[in-house]
Amino acid sequence: MDDLFALTLSTLAATIRLATPLILCAMAGLLSERSGVIDIGLEGKMLAGAFAAAVVAAVTGSAAFALLAALLVAVLLSLVHGFACITHRGDQVVSGVAINIIAAGMTVVLGNAWFGRGGSTPDLSPDQRFMPLHLPGAAALRDVPVIGPLYADVVSGHSLLTYLAVLLVPLVWFLLYRTRFGLRLRAVGEAPAVVDTAGISVVRLRYTGVMLAGLLCGLAGTFLAIAQNAAFQREMTAGRGFIALAAMIFGKWRPWPAFFACLLFGFLDAVSIRLQGVVLPGIGTVPVPLIQALPYILTVVLLAGFIGKAMAPRALGTPYVKER
Amino acid sequence: MNRMMISAASALAMAVAVSAASAEPAVVYDAGGKFDKSFNEAAYNGIEKYKADSGDSYAEFEVQTDAQREQAFRRMAQRGADPVIGIGFSQATALEKVAKEFPDRHFAIIDMVVDLPNVQSIVFKEHEGSFLVGMAAAMASKSAKVGFVGGMDIPLIRRFACGYAQGAKYADPDVAVTENMTGTTPAAWNDPTKGAELARGQFDQGVDVIFAAAGGTGSGVYQAAKDAGKLAIGVDSNQNHLHPGTMLTSMLKRVDVAVYDSAMAVKNGNWQAGVTELGLAQDGVGWALDEHNASLISDDMKARIEAAKADIIAGKIVVHDYMADSSCPL
Repeated sequence: MDDLFALTLSTLAATIRLATPLILCAMAGLLSERSGVIDIGLEGKMLAGAFAAAVVAAVTGSAAFALLAALLVAVLLSLVHGFACITHRGDQVVSGVAINIIAAGMTVVLGNAWFGRGGSTPDLSPDQRFMPLHLPGAAALRDVPVIGPLYADVVSGHSLLTYLAVLLVPLVWFLLYRTRFGLRLRAVGEAPAVVDTAGISVVRLRYTGVMLAGLLCGLAGTFLAIAQNAAFQREMTAGRGFIALAAMIFGKWRPWPAFFACLLFGFLDAVSIRLQGVVLPGIGTVPVPLIQALPYILTVVLLAGFIGKAMAPRALGTPYVKER
Repeated sequence: MNRMMISAASALAMAVAVSAASAEPAVVYDAGGKFDKSFNEAAYNGIEKYKADSGDSYAEFEVQTDAQREQAFRRMAQRGADPVIGIGFSQATALEKVAKEFPDRHFAIIDMVVDLPNVQSIVFKEHEGSFLVGMAAAMASKSAKVGFVGGMDIPLIRRFACGYAQGAKYADPDVAVTENMTGTTPAAWNDPTKGAELARGQFDQGVDVIFAAAGGTGSGVYQAAKDAGKLAIGVDSNQNHLHPGTMLTSMLKRVDVAVYDSAMAVKNGNWQAGVTELGLAQDGVGWALDEHNASLISDDMKARIEAAKADIIAGKIVVHDYMADSSCPL
């Protein structure tokens, strides 16, 4: 019983760690896509952000500078995306894929040129990273049954960026649904011509959405490179940007459902790690490939059976052409 | 004028022929990249040593995508490289195809068998080296629980895992071994986040020593061990220096020696095709003891590991090879 409780706690803590980059990227994708710009380049922006964070942390030794660099690089990449598909009305998917490829290639080339380590960066010491924070009272409350360990092991002990990610969900919700800017951003994703008629710049709104997405991808990259790990490694995002995109669609382009979808993916990942090699009564050891396919199988089942029709913003993917 | 051009052309042709005769070796690295601090870097060290000892230069190529493999081998063979050495099991198909096109050129492949008269296949008895580090893990563990994190779930990695588990059980029959694989696609070699998470999952279950045979994913495991104050075991190259104090040891796979020997053999004219198996007896695999982990390895541990090593070489201990029958008898 105690073992099971401990296992549950460690699974929940792992869920939060694994879901953090997904939450950040899903919120990024949401802000961009709600403005009508498809963002398939989440992966690339996160990777470039991770690289920038690791490089600057290694060179300057400051986690704060590293975060700034990651934000800057990711926003620059999102500006490239915006320039291609807002200013020049290019294909948004093609531009996003291009950003992924640029990021995957540039990080390795620059990493090799600067550090000569096959694309990875030097290992960082704890003071150059965002280390786990221990919330006040975590040690004191540990002895309280159930709630104590839950607070000490699951709620406490994450990095600053994780708490920021969770905090961002209500923030994004508030921004989208309770502010004038949010209303305009949603409108520009549904009917840009109407927004334009009202005398508001479609281009400026879409650029803002895309740049906000860049900021959040930079946060996600920073988390991966200098909070969860202690160095950049080539392709270290390992498809998390695409999972986040799926979670966002899963959540029908809405902050809270997307957040829970990210938690679900994180949870399945955490469970699949702990299920490996476990002998289930009557079945025996579950094969590794089956366990690792579990998140995807569940996604298909949930999408097909329970979620219902996902309604994308109506103007998503269509560049806005002003009528003359 | 015309005659001059012909003689110039023939001189050029001779120069080409000469350069082909005194051929330089070529190395085609696997997707991990040449400075991966592990498997490919060992190959790089081997060919660098060849360069220093022989005075010859060499050609090299770092594969980025699968589609490049065949082109890389063909290009090297066309340029007259000899031998052409492919690093890693995933090169087998491409190397086999190109080796057939250039039957008079020598090829070598690490970690895989390609059955052709001009190919030297060099495979390692990873299970023997893993056995020794498994013993070290079991003896160093205070909780009698040791762990293994593999990269992609393939028979080669299962061979590491199986040898490790056998060694751990040999040193301490009561030890529990937890095995995890990172994934089933090549992305599993480059996912330090998942590696760290797998390691944390094992630490939560009481494991306090983890052997990672997972390429770049391993660095996440080593970092997680350092963060948690537990022990980790490196692989392929000597990785003890990465985190002195929490790297218990490394399972060495002397890819450098294999690459060096193959290139030297062509130069000296005593190259032989066929399968070369490098185990403990040939010093092809082993365990690392240096100034970075000396404080973690007690004299007793060292003595027991060295005794087991001698027994394996003498045939008194037979380490089961997972790849012989796709099963691990434990």
